[in-house]
Amino acid sequence: MRNSLIQTPSQTVGPFFAYGLTARQYGYKGGQIADAVIADETCPGERIVITGRVLDGAGAAIEDALIEIWQCDAAGRVAGPDTPGFRGFGRCGTGIDPERRFRFETVRPGVAAGEGGAPHLSVILFMRGLLSHAFTRIYFPEDIAALAADPVLALVPEARRETLVARRLAVPGLPAYGFDIRMQGDGETVFFDV
Amino acid sequence: MTGKISPRDWSAQPPYLAPDYKSTLLRAPSKPLIPIPHGLMEATAPVFGHDAVGPLDHDLTRNGRVNGEPLGERIVVTGRVLDDAGRPVPETLIEIWQANAAGRYVHAADAHDAPLDPNFTGAGRVVTDGEGRYVFTTVKPGAYPWRNHANAWRPNHIHLSLFGRSFASRLVTQMYFPGDPLLALDPIFQATADAGARDRLVARFDIGVTQPEFALGYVFDIVLRGAMATPMED
Repeated sequence: MRNSLIQTPSQTVGPFFAYGLTARQYGYKGGQIADAVIADETCPGERIVITGRVLDGAGAAIEDALIEIWQCDAAGRVAGPDTPGFRGFGRCGTGIDPERRFRFETVRPGVAAGEGGAPHLSVILFMRGLLSHAFTRIYFPEDIAALAADPVLALVPEARRETLVARRLAVPGLPAYGFDIRMQGDGETVFFDV
Repeated sequence: MTGKISPRDWSAQPPYLAPDYKSTLLRAPSKPLIPIPHGLMEATAPVFGHDAVGPLDHDLTRNGRVNGEPLGERIVVTGRVLDDAGRPVPETLIEIWQANAAGRYVHAADAHDAPLDPNFTGAGRVVTDGEGRYVFTTVKPGAYPWRNHANAWRPNHIHLSLFGRSFASRLVTQMYFPGDPLLALDPIFQATADAGARDRLVARFDIGVTQPEFALGYVFDIVLRGAMATPMED
């Protein structure tokens, strides 16, 4: 059975969202509700960094994309009163970094009790030219057995699964992962109907 | 855990590829979306309470003041956030951003030569009350050129970002104004094919919301995906 009211249509976030949604990141005065730190140093778990670019159909890095990451903490819990230091949610625009990268600091997610599957980050993508936001996921390359058993990845054609798996970066400091999002064409990232 | 949240109703949503809106050409996914079941993450959302919102955040005519009143036609916008079963969605954070009365954004990338207003940033926040109701005060945003096609002008609009109660119900939308002649010419507005759904994007003028000697009043209700009213069989 359908519900009764017509859902409000989605509209593009446009190119000028930054002073409304990520004011501090872009140097505007005014507040914001979240930044690119999803979990701070007090949060239990393995601290990691996720970075990447959003590429258009011509391979150009998009300068006005906004990425949100939603995730569970290291114990597989959503953010709440029992998860100090863990916001469970982060937001980063691509317009400040010279190479148009986003960069998040967080903890490696766990898997919720009873859910099974591989640890992942849930991603919402907004930008000029995207009338409805796009949903995707970031999985981790070390989780070989869990990736093979993940029920969502099992829905994805095998040749496209690699677009959902981050690559480990050989950089000093925190464990770091790269994840580029390709909007269309060869190597197009898998987007989900959630 | 499947089937608890109503599906995105694509008949009421714009497509990813809308060729008249040229920015979609290289940014629209070309492969079909892959439907996935809803687990814990899809069914939950960050909790933003009233403490996420400062005392002036809902009043864009005051939160950016430096040395005087923002210029333009003051408006009050109110409405309810409902789910698609008609239930109110309380404690919903709405983030707002818009151009000033001259059609210029504070954003550094906005190259339109209309004037900036030193007393208006165009950004704010509001949280819905127990009945899903919100109220914010601002100035009517101006129309502006955007070079999508020859002589292209965006209709007056306010951007709104909502979380709802789940990852699945996340929404960014735009509120438009009734009677705007630019709506018929706007590829972003027109990208939603269904006229009934498109009408959801247009606020309603309401003299009862208008505040005498102060501001005109508009009503804008927003409908998010919600829990299914009846379990779906599939």
